[in-house]
Amino acid sequence: MIPLQIVSFALVTITGTAVVLTRDPLRQAVVNGFFGLTLVVLFLVLQAPDVAISAIVVESVAFPLILLVAVANERRREGEP
Amino acid sequence: MSHAPYVVAAWLFLAGIYGVVTSRNMIHLAVCMAVTQSSTYVLLLAIGYVDGGTAPIYRDIPVGTKVVDPVVPALVLTDIVVSVTLTALVLTLASRAHASKGTMDPDALPELKG
Amino acid sequence: MTRPARLGLFGVGALGLAALLVRAVGGLHGFGGYPGPYGFVLAQAALGERHAANIVASVVYDYRALDTMGEELILFAAVTGVALLLRQQSPERAARREDAVRSDAVRFFGLGAVGAAALLGLLTIAYGYVTPGGGFQGGVFVAATFALVWAAGSYRLFHHLTPEPLVDLAEGLGAGGFVVIGLVGLIASGSLFENFLPLGTINTLLSGGQIALLNWAAGLEVAAATTLLFAKFLEDVMVPEEEEKPA
Repeated sequence: MIPLQIVSFALVTITGTAVVLTRDPLRQAVVNGFFGLTLVVLFLVLQAPDVAISAIVVESVAFPLILLVAVANERRREGEP
Repeated sequence: MSHAPYVVAAWLFLAGIYGVVTSRNMIHLAVCMAVTQSSTYVLLLAIGYVDGGTAPIYRDIPVGTKVVDPVVPALVLTDIVVSVTLTALVLTLASRAHASKGTMDPDALPELKG
Repeated sequence: MTRPARLGLFGVGALGLAALLVRAVGGLHGFGGYPGPYGFVLAQAALGERHAANIVASVVYDYRALDTMGEELILFAAVTGVALLLRQQSPERAARREDAVRSDAVRFFGLGAVGAAALLGLLTIAYGYVTPGGGFQGGVFVAATFALVWAAGSYRLFHHLTPEPLVDLAEGLGAGGFVVIGLVGLIASGSLFENFLPLGTINTLLSGGQIALLNWAAGLEVAAATTLLFAKFLEDVMVPEEEEKPA
């Protein structure tokens, strides 16, 4: 394997484990963004540009939006007396 | 060394399931399920890769150049878009449970015990 | 069962699963040495058979169109589930809530980028079978453009741009249109999703036969479904809850 592939796979492993180990949902949304970015780099390195476009559009807009809305809802309900 | 990418996929799979089992917050649980789904994408694309191959788009390369397997990206790209919708459905269920029970802890829901 | 008991059971199960997984992936071919003939046959034959430069798009919308139809229906069902579960809000109440972004710079640059983003999204859908891209990717792109309208403008603007009957209609047209095109192929050529249109010239927009139509149907459906998803989620957080009426 060329070094670029080794680095991409290693980054995916590290950020994936970080996503699971981050317990706070708000911080996890940010770490999930990093995980998605490393996945995009991996998909590009594995010569699949369609998958990379799909992953980047999903992980930079759709995932953070639904996660942040869920966290905002939880905080709003917890804040109500 | 040549099977290391598949071990990466297996590791992500188990890490996601570990996150689901030990989760204390339903939003964290939904994101761990997404990590498990991502492990299947990594496995599929690693299986289809050809050494020295390029992307299977023949816009400016002649037919006959070595390309990677075109079937695997076709399966993965639809799956990525669908996975965000399914994660949204799980988050909606978590939001409804939070509205009625007042907690985001899956351990506190008696129906989920066992 | 109690939490420690569950963790113990998971530990035992995970060890067994890990052993099985390592054994299973050990039997695969080495990374980079894909042996299977199906991929190579497709790479050789797909361009001549379908005249679509993007082989992955011809696999998604022609050779494996049945799988794509299944994925689209999963998308449809999941968004319907979300729309049913989140609470209904009366349209006038939703429109009255004001939360406009205060900063002029954000509004100027953000709303100015909406046009370019929408164009880029439509381009991604349109050239999906010639260059990397396609209906699924471009559909989420277009829905993200609507989310940009909310993020850089106001929720009222977003709500006016995405009237629910129109989005529902677009979603139904996309999903139904996909299935109808497959059925037309069944009637015209004897097999579901069999191509029935002329193939056209390679590397232009008029190529691929029915791949172009299915591409747009999928793009329409994914764009509408994801916009509906965003609209439901944003409505849940932007609009204050009504008072609970006593039963």
